[in-house]
Amino acid sequence: MKALVSVKRVVDFNVRIQLKPDGSGVITDGVKHSMNPFDEIAMEEAVRLKEKGKVTEIVAVTIGGAKCEETLRTALAFGADRAIHVKEEGEVQPLTSARVLAALFKKETPGLFLFGKQAIDDDANQTGQMVAALLDLPQATFASKVELDGNKAQVTREIDAGLETLEVDLPAVVTTDLRLNEPRYLKLPDIMKAKKKPVESVTIAQLGVQAAPAIKTVKTSAPPTRSKGVMVKTVDELIAALKQKGLV
Amino acid sequence: MSVQRDVMEYDVVIVGGGPAGLSAACRLKQKAAEAGKEIGVCLVEKGSEVGAHILSGAVFETRALDELFPDWKEKGAPLKTPVKRDDVYFFLGEQSAFKMPNLFVPKTMHNEGNYIISLGNLCRWLGTQAETLGVEIYPGFAAQEAIIDEQGVVRGVVIGDMGVDREGKPKDGYTPGMELRAKYTLFAEGCRGHLGKRLIARYKLAEGADPQHYGIGIKEIWRVDPAKHQPGLVVHGAGWPLDNANPGGSFLYHLEDNQVVVGLIVDLSYSNPYLSPFDEFQRFKHHPVVKQYLEGGQRVSYGARAITKGGFNSLPKMVFPGGALIGCDAGTLNFAKIKGSHTAMKSGMLAADAVVEKLFAGAEGGDVLENYPAAFKASWLYDELYRSRNFGAWLHKLGAIVGGAINYIEQNWFKGRAPWTVHDRKPDHLCLKPAAESRSIEYPKPDGKLSFDKLSSVFLSSTNHEEDQPVHLKLADPSVPIGKNLPLYDEPAQRYCPAGVYEVVGEAGARRFQINAQNCVHCKTCDIKDPAQNITWVAPEGGGGPNYANM
Repeated sequence: MKALVSVKRVVDFNVRIQLKPDGSGVITDGVKHSMNPFDEIAMEEAVRLKEKGKVTEIVAVTIGGAKCEETLRTALAFGADRAIHVKEEGEVQPLTSARVLAALFKKETPGLFLFGKQAIDDDANQTGQMVAALLDLPQATFASKVELDGNKAQVTREIDAGLETLEVDLPAVVTTDLRLNEPRYLKLPDIMKAKKKPVESVTIAQLGVQAAPAIKTVKTSAPPTRSKGVMVKTVDELIAALKQKGLV
Repeated sequence: MSVQRDVMEYDVVIVGGGPAGLSAACRLKQKAAEAGKEIGVCLVEKGSEVGAHILSGAVFETRALDELFPDWKEKGAPLKTPVKRDDVYFFLGEQSAFKMPNLFVPKTMHNEGNYIISLGNLCRWLGTQAETLGVEIYPGFAAQEAIIDEQGVVRGVVIGDMGVDREGKPKDGYTPGMELRAKYTLFAEGCRGHLGKRLIARYKLAEGADPQHYGIGIKEIWRVDPAKHQPGLVVHGAGWPLDNANPGGSFLYHLEDNQVVVGLIVDLSYSNPYLSPFDEFQRFKHHPVVKQYLEGGQRVSYGARAITKGGFNSLPKMVFPGGALIGCDAGTLNFAKIKGSHTAMKSGMLAADAVVEKLFAGAEGGDVLENYPAAFKASWLYDELYRSRNFGAWLHKLGAIVGGAINYIEQNWFKGRAPWTVHDRKPDHLCLKPAAESRSIEYPKPDGKLSFDKLSSVFLSSTNHEEDQPVHLKLADPSVPIGKNLPLYDEPAQRYCPAGVYEVVGEAGARRFQINAQNCVHCKTCDIKDPAQNITWVAPEGGGGPNYANM
């Protein structure tokens, strides 16, 4: 069975996000980027399923500018067999992504389509779901455990009340949560080999999709700064302070 | 624990993706392409990406870049802000400063024709050029040790293991580091490279040279009010908050996009153990000359890095069987110009030329690249370093005013070719005075607008280390910090570390030396300044450390 894994290049989670002075977005020039951490988990899961013999081929896919090839190389170093780069230098909104990925699904016909549950840059958390809807596929989101059995998948998901286990028919969309697995260290020899693996590139138009931006970013602003705390010595002092602020 | 390591062989392995290493890599590939031959070049970088660990002022002289990529402008090198004006101040105190008339500034401090850049971004660009030329670059992998065979020949490097816990035991996902073997290995780790230091000791490379001298540079990037922004303005300063016993200098440059970078370099020959370079820098920003630009602005980044500044007189032998030291791993910074980038690049290019000459002559590798020091001696780099050889020594011996005056005379009248050489033979770590003989310093509290505390500063360096890994700051004798350094010097590590790695905690009588290794910004100051030379900095798991942007 083939697994298709969607990966995204995002500003690295260690980087302190800086706003553009004009509020049009965040600064991405000269800033470290890496694979979205939830997508790493999706990649890792695909590789583990392949190691268990449940998956035979892993295809990684991304949408974005030339630099996104780095992210695909990372996916190939994880263990993807090949990669598809949908080239688009401009902004790609979630619905466009979903349409592109749905088109790729039709082309590749995988048994399993894995996504990180959300990307840490826009936190949209909707691409996987929209792809499932566009393709009318079963979806199991926020997976913390994935088991494949023939043409079905058992997916455990973390919900407010505890754990919920779903069974879905394959092909299905699965989006991965933080506790599904811990991505492996990439080995230098694997990174070396990844440089030689094939990356196919296509454009959004070639896939027959029309980019139709439906969202306009009005303003990006920093969260309000927290005012300094006050240390109190006794409970009485605390109560007095709270009263003074009209909180109790 | 015996480990099976993967092995890859290259013609050349380069340790470190800074200006020296990347220039060497580019040059090797350019020469190979010119000759229609293949040279396999691999470069490893401990930072999570090329540029992540690079920190410099920086005012950049293009001489080496012009030679390496004459078409750097067309290729889009990130040199965006030509220097428009040079201001040199002597800071007399908290409020006052004396602006030096241009006429009396040493020639080497004039910056016409130079650019204000982010060296990190230049390295990112050089990295792209190198990859285009066919260099294999692997960021996120730290060279852990040099491979030295029974004959004493350097054969490459071993990459650090990944997935080792605090106690040194393998965790889930443990991955042994690979062996990268090479005919020639170039070490370009920058100031106080942890492998370079061991190679210098093992091959006695520093014999006959003056001890190396260092500084700690602390830098911040600010986004300032556009009305106060003067792109191309370069401000250098000497004097307050430092003095002759604790010397150093300051800088403030206006880059593009309303960015101002500001920094303080404290010579690690400082004598007062109570001195805190970090706090000196914070208070420096309150000086009217500095404040006038920063006030109302926002601090966006923070970082620190040690600087090799001994120059010509401290240069070790740069070659040994199978490899060479390049850039600040050797110490090619020109202190009189306060610039080390173009010199590092040139040293890398010279070493690359030497390697190419050997390889094309059919060398098997492993021999001494004696043609590298020979080419160095015939180059403008040697001439430049030779002419600046006394600069640091004068300042250290005679202070900023008298030393500075002599430097003016040497550089402007003698063009650096004065018939004398002055030596500075006292290693920096021996310069501390006992705490009992020193004035303790009460630093002003940070105001949260211009000055800040250490932890919020380190936060801006985006530093990250995998938490469960061995501490990468090794104490040869764990009893020294509390047993000796504390009573004698009030353990200066608490203050010289610009990232709050070292703390003395606990009540009197039960004091403990705590190492917060995850804060480390890889500046190497502790390895240099510890009076007992008891701290050794080794590379942590690859990818750890700061994630500097635009530094």
